Amino acid sequence: MIRAKDISKRYGAVQALEGASLDLPPGEVVALVGDNGAGKSTLVKAISGVISPDEGEITMDDRPVRIGNPHDAQALGISTVYQDLALCENLDVVANLFLGSERRRWSWLSHISMERATRDLLTQLDVRIRDIRVPVAMLSGGQRQSVAIARALIGEPRLVILDEPTAALGVEQTAQVLDLIRRLRDRGLAVLLISHNLADVRAVSDRVVVLRLGRNAGEFRTAEASQESIVAAITGAAA
Amino acid sequence: MSATTMSPARKPLSPRQALDRVRRGDLGAWPVVGGLIAIAIVFGSLNEHFLSPENLTNLALQMAATGTISLGIIMVLLLGEIDLSAGSVSGLCAVVMTILSVRNGWNPVLAIVVAVVAGSAVGLLHGLLFTRVRMPSFVVTLAGLIGWQGLLLYLLGESGTINLPFDGFIAKLSDTWLPPWQAWALAAALVAVYGGSLLLSRRLRLAAGLPVTPAYWAAVRTGGLAVVLAGAVLVLQADRGVPLLLVIFGTLVVVLDLVLRHTAFGRWMYAVGGNAEAARRAGINVTRIRLLAFVLSSALAAFGGILAASRLAAVNQSSGGSDILLMAIAAAVIGGTSLFGGRGRTYAALLGILVIQSITNGMLLLNVDSSVRYMVTASVLALAVAIDSLARRGSAQ
Repeated sequence: MIRAKDISKRYGAVQALEGASLDLPPGEVVALVGDNGAGKSTLVKAISGVISPDEGEITMDDRPVRIGNPHDAQALGISTVYQDLALCENLDVVANLFLGSERRRWSWLSHISMERATRDLLTQLDVRIRDIRVPVAMLSGGQRQSVAIARALIGEPRLVILDEPTAALGVEQTAQVLDLIRRLRDRGLAVLLISHNLADVRAVSDRVVVLRLGRNAGEFRTAEASQESIVAAITGAAA
Repeated sequence: MSATTMSPARKPLSPRQALDRVRRGDLGAWPVVGGLIAIAIVFGSLNEHFLSPENLTNLALQMAATGTISLGIIMVLLLGEIDLSAGSVSGLCAVVMTILSVRNGWNPVLAIVVAVVAGSAVGLLHGLLFTRVRMPSFVVTLAGLIGWQGLLLYLLGESGTINLPFDGFIAKLSDTWLPPWQAWALAAALVAVYGGSLLLSRRLRLAAGLPVTPAYWAAVRTGGLAVVLAGAVLVLQADRGVPLLLVIFGTLVVVLDLVLRHTAFGRWMYAVGGNAEAARRAGINVTRIRLLAFVLSSALAAFGGILAASRLAAVNQSSGGSDILLMAIAAAVIGGTSLFGGRGRTYAALLGILVIQSITNGMLLLNVDSSVRYMVTASVLALAVAIDSLARRGSAQ
């Protein structure tokens, strides 16, 4: 289990996080919600190594780990799908999936092995793309999001962080991506979902963690929580 | 050879997919091939010498130097950058090579190597100014365009011209012709290796359970290559033979294409050109790729300048000057390299330089005034850039 404990971070005069904590057990989708400025992205950045927190620690199976940069996070099996997807639109699906970690023999690319692995992975995730050899620019928004998520799985991670994965998608494509998130959970991965969309959060998550003004402001089992109680925790109305 | 294929094996296009591509503006090499045929028909009918083996051989010789410079331009265009200094650098390095070999009596091969290394150093300087100081590549290389031209004039000094001995190694480079058996053996070997690699890749894909193109498609492509190569050899044999210069240029095109499509370095070039931020997040050392692209660009420019000096058997104050830079950039873009980065292949240099050099050559044969020549060349360049811009808009929608 990956656990962030009592994380604090200050940017100049702004206390972005003040002792926030988060548990990310395998096989569970945890949704991190909160109003703008609640500290969601700061907490995620601390876990994915983009920033280092002023206080607090991140543990993996109860052993403290040091995450100084995104590379450390990846090496520890923490994989992040950014909101802007970070895909190279001129490259095909296979090239995007293996970007930066190409399989090669004496620096000669192993096209066949990478394409085989891509097809297997997309089949397992039930992602349907007619021709994986066309540039990603030719794919729909949902397909691109799926490619970005599939790419996060290339390094066999333990935790996948998804930043607003459905923000730019239509209804049907959102449903596809939510299905994909469920399949990540079924693979035994820990999934951290950051979203503004409470309908999506309630549809796919197992647990909802609410941040407010840099602190934990509530935690719910999704199945048992009402929309109103989550909203109340986000706005602070019930606090 | 189809420029639309990024992967070694791929389904032949169905008519509907082909139509899709035409709508997207992703036409591959076909407009260029069509343009070449049009050029051949127009100039061939206006002047009976245009399609003669002698003139086509001259065309092949004229292509090699500027085509090599154009290859370098493609390296930076792939990153979405530009190198305006390629012409000056080609002239400068040709002068360096000539001074070392003629005035200082160095071994010509060593002089060539040192000149190309000097070109690489120039490229490294451009790259450092671009990546470390974050100057726009346009400005860095514009300064280079003028600055290296100045250094060239300084090195040449009072004399203004240095001749290369006609029977020396360097001048011989552009006056060496393959004997017929070598030319045919080379063409046959190329066809065999190409066909063999298609079949091998097909078998490996079948073994891995991946979709493959029908076997006849490999035969069609290999046959197409065989016809093109045989035609070229036949025409060139009818005159003096296959020029070594063309073989050198062709080798550079093929080797660089293989590097770009089949090595991690090449993949990263396309990635940085497509989305530098995504490449950086994927752990690619973007700065190193950019430095290497500028080094390659200037090194190829240096080599192109040496080929030009070899053909002229001299260097002078206009070495690497006049319209060489514009021709090299135009060739890359006409051949299908995008100015916006991330799209294009080295065959663009070959096809593009063929187009632009045939137009120049044909108009020279027709005694067209240089004023008209410039305007026609500019129109072709503008047309190619317009197609590129429209294609980019089409794919962004």
